[in-house]
Amino acid sequence: MIEHLPALMIAVPLFGAFTTPLFKKKPRAAALWALSITAVTLCLGILLVKEVTTKGMMIYVFGASSPGLVLPSGYHVPVRIIFEVDAMGAFMALSAVLMSFIGAMYSYSHVKFETGLEKYYALLLLLEVGILGMVLTGDLFNLFVFLEIAGISGSALVGFRNYRGEASEAGLKYLIVSAVASLMVLFSIGLLYGEYGNLNMAYLSTQIGFNTVDIIALGLLFTSFAMKCGAVPTHYWVPDAYSEVPAGINPTLLVATYASLYALFRVSFSLFGKVTLTMSSVGWIMSVIGVLTMFIGVTMALVQKDVKRLMSYHAISQTGYMLLGVGVGLTVINDPAKMAAFGRDAMAGGIFHIINHIIYKSLLLMTAGALFYVTGTRNLNEMGGLARKMPYTTIAFIVGAAAISGIPPFNGFASKFLIYETSYQLNPLLAIFAMVTSILTLASFVKVFASAFLGPPVEKYENVGEVPKPMVAAMLILAALCILFGLFPNIVLNKLVYPAVDALLNLSGYQTWGGVL
Amino acid sequence: MTTVIIKTTTKYLAALILTFGAYIIVHGHLTPGGGFQGGAVFASGLALLIVACEGDVIRERFKKVPLSALESVGALGFLGMATLGFMGYTFFRNVIANSGFPLFGEPTPLGINPGYLNTGGTLPYMNIFVGTKVLAGLTSIILVFYLLLEVRENE
Amino acid sequence: MNEVVLVNLPFIVVALLLAVGFYTIGFKRNLIKIVIGVEILEGAVNLFLIALGYVKGAYAPIYTMAPPQAENNMVLPTPQALTLTSIVIGVAVSALMLAFAVNIYRHYGTLDVIKIRRLRG
Repeated sequence: MIEHLPALMIAVPLFGAFTTPLFKKKPRAAALWALSITAVTLCLGILLVKEVTTKGMMIYVFGASSPGLVLPSGYHVPVRIIFEVDAMGAFMALSAVLMSFIGAMYSYSHVKFETGLEKYYALLLLLEVGILGMVLTGDLFNLFVFLEIAGISGSALVGFRNYRGEASEAGLKYLIVSAVASLMVLFSIGLLYGEYGNLNMAYLSTQIGFNTVDIIALGLLFTSFAMKCGAVPTHYWVPDAYSEVPAGINPTLLVATYASLYALFRVSFSLFGKVTLTMSSVGWIMSVIGVLTMFIGVTMALVQKDVKRLMSYHAISQTGYMLLGVGVGLTVINDPAKMAAFGRDAMAGGIFHIINHIIYKSLLLMTAGALFYVTGTRNLNEMGGLARKMPYTTIAFIVGAAAISGIPPFNGFASKFLIYETSYQLNPLLAIFAMVTSILTLASFVKVFASAFLGPPVEKYENVGEVPKPMVAAMLILAALCILFGLFPNIVLNKLVYPAVDALLNLSGYQTWGGVL
Repeated sequence: MTTVIIKTTTKYLAALILTFGAYIIVHGHLTPGGGFQGGAVFASGLALLIVACEGDVIRERFKKVPLSALESVGALGFLGMATLGFMGYTFFRNVIANSGFPLFGEPTPLGINPGYLNTGGTLPYMNIFVGTKVLAGLTSIILVFYLLLEVRENE
Repeated sequence: MNEVVLVNLPFIVVALLLAVGFYTIGFKRNLIKIVIGVEILEGAVNLFLIALGYVKGAYAPIYTMAPPQAENNMVLPTPQALTLTSIVIGVAVSALMLAFAVNIYRHYGTLDVIKIRRLRG
């Protein structure tokens, strides 16, 4: 049964998504059902990671007579839909299943009083399916379909609070961005299909010759995925979507954003991996976009009054670190000496930062959701003196804020340090910008802490208490992960991150479906 | 909105459209079309019926139809057909085709043929389930927008 | 000359439609028109996919009741399957976009994107 894991990763949450709407008028049951489905998926995800990191890439051919049958006799090119799970995909899948589980647990109390909860949980599971499909698939068109599934369910969740006009506004914005981005992805898929007559990424990457059509396709794919992961010229949808979505969805929506980042990396390293010389200039573009993203994101964050909006701008800025880390790796992809010296570590930093950022930003957004839960407002100027009333939330916030500002011994430090160190070797200016951004981040979180948790207690919130237990549990799990990842970064790096980096760099392994041919 | 013309045409056309939708769904593995297309045709027939009736009547009628449950059933059936492949093969494997199963299990001829309905394996089942899902989903979308219109007119 | 234009006509139309779609999304103020712009873009991409798979003089890729000369002379079915999938997704996207537009109109009383700007900064 273990060879069916990649298919089960899709089938189980899909089953959950289709059954949850049956719990009409029983929101409790729907929540528990969704929680158990995400728990099962979490177990499957851990199994998948274990399997992939010990035994190497997993291949799953849908509809074939056996899962590993990529080329049936008589075929020279793959025709079926193939899931190709390497360590990078497994890494992203692990973050997706973990965050969906935490999100479902948090939602159990957070959205208890809303209506239409069976649809909420169905959409949450559907969003999980979309992310898992995007990170596991080895087929370009499949990637588009799952991108659309994640986009549609994500934007429906952004607009979930339909009694708020702002939620619909943010949802529509997100939907238009994702629809246009995915249509452009489809257009470039059409270009590549018309040229090479196949949709399998591994096969396409052996064929790509980099003529004008390929350059157009690469440009479109790069722009669309950068647009969907919130890189700078097209970052405007991120603060709206993140601040309007219910806080229980934030973790999963963050992973959905980084699934697009994963697709961007996959396109740069695997699909167009053959043309390394050109890709190193793409690496420069990626690094510069990364620096711009982190800097513009943090400067926008400094002036915000709305706590969730402030954190959303920080999410943009942190995406910049990932782009910078992996971009630095991509610039030296055709230079083995530099790659060994700092390229591989830079990519490790970028990829490690993905999971770190997902953990601490979800934590911070959840504390913001907790503040909203008790105060009913997101405006920082109306809060104050909540530290004594909500001790656990305060602890969680401090851990998250320390982690995002890169203070040792929290997990943000581990990955940021790798990025500083390596980007300095490529160009000192990049590292300086990264450090300045980190300091500004700290400044802005000190502001949030002071105005929400410290200060004189506000009379309005005399009787508020700590948030319900499931929310506290979700936040404390993430806080514990922040500390654990920060104290033992080597274990995570060696078990999860370096295999993922090597999987991205191992082009020939990807092209031959892990040695099946 | 509802006029004599619409009512009279609907009386004759609706049954035809619904039959045509069902035909497209069932013949999905032989002719152009399939679950989604047939379901869309079916739903447009229902849309015609919705437009031809008064808002209150519609609300009364559709209160008893479990549209979202139908949608779930369709999706679950589709997933179930795909899961059948886990019996020794892979997910989405067409295990029924050419197996001699009495319904849709006859061997499929290769090349140009007149089209035998009793072939196709899991495909016709999937078409039927997808058709159920699509007609329920599209009908509920149409219903929601139509009832919104009613609310606006009353205000 | 004429031949070149005729062969490339679908692609010229695709380029025009893409331009119209992006113009509509970028410069129109009415939300419904923006939704229409997204739909035009989708139409352009679908037309592109269909045109890719078209072979002049070939038959539809269906074996049921096909004429004998259709054997080995059919257009490519894969782009058509892709297009169908994209249409299905497009239905969901447009329904959701319109639902959002309706909800926005209810809360703001307008569909003008300039006036719908509560989220800013």
